[in-house]
Amino acid sequence: MPVQALDTRSSVPASETRPGVLRRYPQFTISPAILLALLGAWWLATHVLGAPTYVIPPLEDVLRAMAGGLSRSPWDKAGYWYHAGITVWEAVLGFAIGSVLGALLGLVLSHWPILGKSWYPYIVGFQSLPKVALAPLMVVWFGFGLQGKVFITAIITFFPVLVNMMAGYQAVEPERIELARSCNASALHLFTKIIIPSCLPFLFAGLGVASVLSILGAVVGEFVGAGAGLGMLLMQFSQAMEISQLFAVILLLAVIGFLMSHIVSLIERRYCFWAQRSNATARA
Amino acid sequence: MKPIRAATLNTSAARRPALIRANGLSKTYVTGSGEVAALKGLDFEIYDGEFVSVIGQSGCGKSTLLKLLAGLLACTAGSVELNGKPLRGPTREAAVVFQSPVLLPWRTVLDNVLLPIEFRKLPMTSYRLSAAELLDMVGLSEFAQRYPFELSGGMQQRVAIVRALVQDPQLLLMDEPFGALDAMTRDQMNLELIRIWSQSRKTVIFITHSIAEAVFLSDRVIAMTARPGSIADVITIDLPRPRDLSVINTDRFGRYAARLRSLLDARGGIF
Repeated sequence: MPVQALDTRSSVPASETRPGVLRRYPQFTISPAILLALLGAWWLATHVLGAPTYVIPPLEDVLRAMAGGLSRSPWDKAGYWYHAGITVWEAVLGFAIGSVLGALLGLVLSHWPILGKSWYPYIVGFQSLPKVALAPLMVVWFGFGLQGKVFITAIITFFPVLVNMMAGYQAVEPERIELARSCNASALHLFTKIIIPSCLPFLFAGLGVASVLSILGAVVGEFVGAGAGLGMLLMQFSQAMEISQLFAVILLLAVIGFLMSHIVSLIERRYCFWAQRSNATARA
Repeated sequence: MKPIRAATLNTSAARRPALIRANGLSKTYVTGSGEVAALKGLDFEIYDGEFVSVIGQSGCGKSTLLKLLAGLLACTAGSVELNGKPLRGPTREAAVVFQSPVLLPWRTVLDNVLLPIEFRKLPMTSYRLSAAELLDMVGLSEFAQRYPFELSGGMQQRVAIVRALVQDPQLLLMDEPFGALDAMTRDQMNLELIRIWSQSRKTVIFITHSIAEAVFLSDRVIAMTARPGSIADVITIDLPRPRDLSVINTDRFGRYAARLRSLLDARGGIF
């Protein structure tokens, strides 16, 4: 019967080509396997190959240091929470200031091409400057407190957001603007209902980069002089040769950076859900 | 649907007031390498309720003409009158359907349809109902809360037509709206457009480069010359309405198509 024939024909290739669990969920299968392999290599290096503990501390020492640091109260300056809180606060504050200014200036420079063209060489010039080189200057200007770290983080996060916002503005489909004009849309409506939403996929690409850079900015700011923060802890532990503690703080920074970019991508998925799935923004 | 429009419509057209009157309409673009004349001295009238196609080879200024009529471009010479008043910029009376649907991907179908109402700051509540009715008319009421990326190309273009109709314009300006669709969807959309037109009693100006599409849809066809675009001739299509796809196989249809082809061929070919 034709129905049966159809059934067998459609089911056989389906079972043949159905990808295995490894192919379908590599993030839940292969990714943890890679982590296990890395931890195994670490264990091997310290316990079997006998790497000196001042080069690679044993895994259990690092975990012990981590547990010790995290078991303290958030107000205890000997624990990690206190310093992590300060570093995250600096990073978030700098990220907020830098990305808001970057997004606004990106819109302004794109909207008035005369401004954009006249400022462009200076933006390119300043962007090619390694911003961490400004960190020592921040100590001179702002001392060892919060402001210097926020300032350097804001400068570092400013550029990826600015550049992406300008790229986003350039990529707004002219037809969308023509549609708005054909409906006598006001300049404000054109901005809020067409241009800004059209730029969102680009803006989020910039924010994703900036969120990771924000931790870098805060830590570098603390390297050059700070009374608190994970960057300062890193300096202290390296000078005291507390290698297990050093490793624990580095791991902590990795986790914080991962969380920051993950939060940004969660927000992106909430407000920019349409971008991946529509052809209209495939260029993004 | 009842056959609202009689075949006599064309003959009575001349007696009705002109909705659009173009006098010596010209457009010259200034580019880096000098001036390019896109349209030169167009004179025509379009009457209320008419379906008029504009046909010509690519680059003959069809889209420029549509943008002039939409008020999106200013002409360099001549004038356009809409309802006897000179056209200065976009108006509520003329709505545009573009080549691509231009739906905003972050808005649902219904919110896309209501976009012109938002832009024009019209009372939203009074248009929600008509938006729903129009979506129902094109068979998309179930998709009102969906997003554009969940719709096929033909469905998206139907949403774009509904979005143009929602502000209840007198004039629908369509710029090759089905050019990006496959042939079968295109036939369906043409039938659908005729149905919408006969129900909504709008005036339609339809830009196309398909001779068959122009003859099938139109009361009159304006054939354009190559650049700079001017009017080669205006053909009145006296085929009975309502039309279905079988009309394409009739001799009269063939003669109209041949007439248009020779008009376009004589000035550079349309292959």
